[in-house]
Formats: sequence, C-alpha cells, structure tokens
Amino acid sequence: MNETNLLKLNLGPQHPSTHGVLRLILELDGEKIVSCKPDVGYLHRGMEKMAEKLRYVQYLPLVDRIDYLAGFFYSELLCRNIEKALEVELSERVKAIRIIMLELNRIASHLLWIGAFLMDLGAVSPFFYAFREREMILKYFEKVTGQRMMNNYFVFGGVRRDIFDTSDIEEFLNILPSKIKDYERIIDRNPIFVQRTSEKGVLEPETALNGAITGVNLRASGINYDLRTKDSLYKGYEFKPVVMNEKDAYARYRARVLELTESAEIIKQALEQLKKYSDLNQTLIKPIGLILPEGEYYSEIEAPRGLASCYIKSKGENKPYRLKWRTGSYYSVNLLRKLLKGAYLNDAIAIAGSLDIILPEVDK
Amino acid sequence: MNYLYFLYIEFLAKHNIPQLFGDITFYVIPITIIFIALLVVVLGLVLFERKLLGWFTQRKGPNRVGLWGLFQTIADAFKLLCKENITPNGVDKFLFNMAPLLMFTPALVVLCLIPFSAEFTFANFGTNSLIYVILAGLPVLSILIGGWASNNKYSLMGAMRNISQILAYELPIAFSLLGIVVLSSSMNLKEITLAQSSQYGIFGWYWLPCFIGFIIMFVSILAELNRCPFDLPEAESELICGYNTEYSGMRFALFYFGEYTLLFANALFLSVLFFGGYLSPFGKYLSPILFNGTLGNVLIYFEQAFWLVLKSFFVIFVIIWIRAVFPRMAAFDLLKFSWSILLPLSIFNLFLMVIIKFLTGGAYA
Repeated sequence: MNETNLLKLNLGPQHPSTHGVLRLILELDGEKIVSCKPDVGYLHRGMEKMAEKLRYVQYLPLVDRIDYLAGFFYSELLCRNIEKALEVELSERVKAIRIIMLELNRIASHLLWIGAFLMDLGAVSPFFYAFREREMILKYFEKVTGQRMMNNYFVFGGVRRDIFDTSDIEEFLNILPSKIKDYERIIDRNPIFVQRTSEKGVLEPETALNGAITGVNLRASGINYDLRTKDSLYKGYEFKPVVMNEKDAYARYRARVLELTESAEIIKQALEQLKKYSDLNQTLIKPIGLILPEGEYYSEIEAPRGLASCYIKSKGENKPYRLKWRTGSYYSVNLLRKLLKGAYLNDAIAIAGSLDIILPEVDK
Repeated sequence: MNYLYFLYIEFLAKHNIPQLFGDITFYVIPITIIFIALLVVVLGLVLFERKLLGWFTQRKGPNRVGLWGLFQTIADAFKLLCKENITPNGVDKFLFNMAPLLMFTPALVVLCLIPFSAEFTFANFGTNSLIYVILAGLPVLSILIGGWASNNKYSLMGAMRNISQILAYELPIAFSLLGIVVLSSSMNLKEITLAQSSQYGIFGWYWLPCFIGFIIMFVSILAELNRCPFDLPEAESELICGYNTEYSGMRFALFYFGEYTLLFANALFLSVLFFGGYLSPFGKYLSPILFNGTLGNVLIYFEQAFWLVLKSFFVIFVIIWIRAVFPRMAAFDLLKFSWSILLPLSIFNLFLMVIIKFLTGGAYA
C-alpha cells in the first residue's frame, strides 16, 4: 500500500459521536481503518494536582466532576480512603444508603450509555426511552441530595442527610423490568442492530487483561471479575456478576442491560437493610482541621466504567502530598488502537461506543 | 385537460376576454397553485416529521411557534435565510454554489410528471414513469458535486457513499417499475393509475399482485432518499453531516428543502404505482354526490389530488416510523443487501408479473 493513498482523518475532538472531546487520528484506506491513534487530554482539569492545593473537604465536591455520570463512585472512593485512614466504621444504615445511591447511579449511567450507543448507531428513539427512565433516578437524586448530578452527598464518615422516603425508588424498581423488556423488544431483536454489533470489535480475554480493561467490558469477554464480590461495602449482598462469552459489541450491550437488573436486585436488598436499621447512627469526621496520618492509602471500587481507585500519600498535613485516580475509561481508550485496526469507519463508531468511554473520566 | 379547459374558455368568452389569454393562463395558474401548494406541503412535511418523531419518542414535538407549532418550520426557514452564508477556504466556489441548486431543481421537475388528478399532469407523455426514475436519481450528482467541492473529508466520504448507494439501488427500482409496466401495459403514470381501477376497489391496486415489487421499490426509495436506515451519506454520528457538512444558511436550506421535496415526490410516485394514484379508495368520488352540477364535476379534480396526497402522506408516515425504530445500516451490508437480495428478487418479480399477466389473460390491464 502506497502511503500517499491513505486518507488521514481527524475524528474529533469536535465530533457528534466521540462523547465529548475524544480525538482519533485515523488513517483510512477507503473506509477501512489502517491505523488509529487516540489523542486524549482535551478535558484535562488537573484533578490530581488540584488535590495537593486543597483541603480534603474542599476537594470533596470536585471529585464528582471526574465522571459526571457516576459521581457517587468517586466521592465514595475519597470518603472511603479517609475513613480507612482514621479508622471510622460506617453504620449499617449508612452502608445501605450508600449502596442504594451507588447502584442507582450505576443504573443511570448504564441507561445513558444504552441511549448514546443506539444514537451512535443511528437509532433515535431508544435515546429518549432511556432518558425517560434515567430522569426518574435523577429526580430522586435531586430530592435526596439537592442536585441532579454532581451530588456531593457522601461525606467523611457518613452521608449528608438521611433518606426518609423510599417510595420513589420502589416505584422505579417496579417499572424497570417492563422497561427493560421494552428495550429488548426495540433493540435486541432488531436485525440491523444485531448485524452492526455482533462479531464487531471482538475483545479477546488476553488483550483485555493485558490492556488492564476492567468492568463490563472485561466481563463481556468471558472473565468473571467483579470487584463488588470482594468489596466490604457489599458484604452480605447476594448477586451474580454478569458474564458474557461472546466478546463482541453485542455482548457488551447485553451485559449492560443485564446489569440493570442486577443492580436493581442489589437495591432491593439494600432497601430491606434500610428497614432493618432505622437509626442513622453516624459519627461524621470533623472536616475542619482534618489531618490524615502519614502514610499511603488506597481504595478501589467497581464503577460503571470499570475499576476505579484512589491513592493518597499523606505527609501528615491537612492536604494530600500526592493523590492519584485510576479510572476505567482511560484504558478503554487505549484499547481502540487494537480494536479499530482493520474495521470499517461505521463499525468504528459502534466499537468505540460499545466500550463506554467518558472523556472527563479519561482526562481527569 | 379538456373538460376544465372548455369550462375556463367558456367563462372567459362570457366576459369578452380573448382566447389567447385563456390559453396562456390556463397553464400558468395551476403551476403557480401547485408551487405554492408544494411550499406549504413541504413546510408541513417537516413539521409532520418532527411532530411524529416527537410522539414516537414520548415528546411533544414543536409546540411553541403558532398553534401546535404550525409556524415552526417557517420560523426555521426564516432563521436560515438570515444566517451568514459561510464559504470555507479552499472550496471550488462555482461548484459549491451550484450543488444546492442541482439538488433542488430535479426535485421540482419530477413533480410535473405526477398525475395529480385526471386533468392535472403537466408533462403527460408516453414514457414519463421512466423519465421520473431518471430525474429522481439526478440529485445524486448534486451530492457528489457538493461533497467534492466542499474540500472536506467527511463531505467527500458522504458523497462517495451516496454514489455507491444510488448505483446499487437504482436497478431494483427500474426492475420493479418494469413489473408494473408489464401489468399495466403502459409506461405512462396516468395510464398506470387508470389501469388500477377495477371493481375490486383497493384490492385491485397493484400493491397486491405486485407485493414483492412494492417492498423492493419501497426499500430502494428509502435508500435513494438517504432516509433511515439507509442514511449513510449524512450519517450524523459518523460523518458529522455527510455531504452538507460545510453548507450553512440558505444553501443548506436548499439542500434540506430539496430533500423533503424529493421525499414528497417519491411518496407520490409510490402511491401512483401501487396505491392507485388519484383513485378514490371507495371506488366512487364523493364530490359529485355532495355537490350538484358543475361544482361537483370540477371538485372531482381536487378530490383526486386530495386522495393522492393523502396516500403519499401515509407512505411518508411509514418512512418516518421506520426512522424512529431502526438504527443505521453498515455501508457494506447495505451494498450486499441490494446486489445479492434486492436485485435478484426484483428480476424474479418481473417474471412473476409476466406469469400473472399471462394467467389472468390481461385482466390486469
């Protein structure tokens, strides 16, 4: 192939389907992709550097912005690190509230992904259907935390305020199965959808492990790795991680839809816990003058887009010496180099969409 | 146009106006009416699509400008008119400006071939169905020119996709049209319409004997119009806006308007071929029953046009419905679908029509 015959295409950073500001430098032979080079960093806000200048309580509202679709997970991580450092035990009710919020957030995130993915493939309606259900969750978040997104609800040692009314969640959990059935009816058996996603972007388990892929993308490649099974927060909850064996974009879609049901199951169990423990019983850590003892702290959680973790090195000051985030999408972006090679341009959009990449999370 | 013509000349003679004036205005007035009606219909069509898509996706659709958002499209058109026409650097200026016109003109010309009613066909000649297929495929040229002249990689790719798509889907259209030609023994759209009138009412229309041909034609027309699921040339999530990425303001509006005019024209064409054109679904026309005398006889022609437009809106409704449900097809599946499924099927359909024609002994004629 003569190099001059290749078309160099700059996909992004301003492009309708790169979900923000992903830039892919593609070399095309006709519509076939010869090479792909992802370029990230257009949304870099210096999240980690900012932490070194701010006190922990000042930093807490910022971490929601790392992934605006799953903010709870990141505030949970920061809170968990500090609770670990100061050896504070959470009460059962606080744990249940946190699980409800986290799993609702996961459902909201997956719903948005379903809509956006189908939008990438050119279908209009599922986007609105998914947003309709997501709206119920966001309304509930607003009711409890005062915000639809960027909730800033978890605080060191507990939650900002107690949950009093759970009827909204129960109603949502009641209608969710029928809505999922609707999605399956309009999406799963749609011949064009199946044609565009099955056997496209096959992610071999070895490639996934070598590329540090976690979360749904890894489980859709047949590897049973769900951090929630080892998480102390989720101790006592019964659920089965969704594992698919097809490894393609369709499997990743199915896995996310099945995770909706799985998360709903976890929320149901958490609601039982809420009824059992009616007393909030939390001892909040005083945020003013909060000093972490010298040492290194690390905590991780299963976020909607893979394993997320927070590392803090403290020198015994009221600010961290160093703080580092690990986010799932960052590794998925890197995977595009391999997955897009040899694919056609319109498959490329389907493949990139199926990995669920959120750019703020990548750039931090 | 005999009946209306004589009525008109008689009316003028009563008022001592020379016949020459009548001869000229008799053709100018309906054309003006049709053009104004077309503008209204196309503006309504955009609103129709947006409203329907809104309802399909549990929204309200446009509802702020005017009653039920009736003036939304007019407001949009006005906005586009006021916008700056941006010509990017490095474009071929002549071709860049020509492309929207080339899109719009054939879209208007094909409407002249449609028999709106027994007396209103502006270009009524023997092979006008064939001319229709040729002219309706012409906007692809404008898309190619626009995509090439824009000096944008996305536009170029959209244009290339469109060319391969049109090449693949023109043939099935031609072959399924041939099936109709066999059944009706005519290439004239008006005669095809008349050939469908029988005592069986709507079951005598060609969608029933030529069902395979109807499906092929419908799918191919979706592809030719770049409608979902074949909207690859302007695939928003892949090519940003495809061939009209660089167009703005009135030039974009012309593209947009041309697309919707073509959508309307093709829906009319499908209704003529398969849904009995201007024939009434009840077998009889209602206006002579409702109104006595000359008024009833004149109103027939408007009623016929009404039925045709109604049928075409039904076709458009189905097209929009499909848009609400289906994702976009992949480029290569799309070509494979045409060359390996639609084309053989349409040739099979042609033979089937010959057999039906032979067996029924010309009952469909």
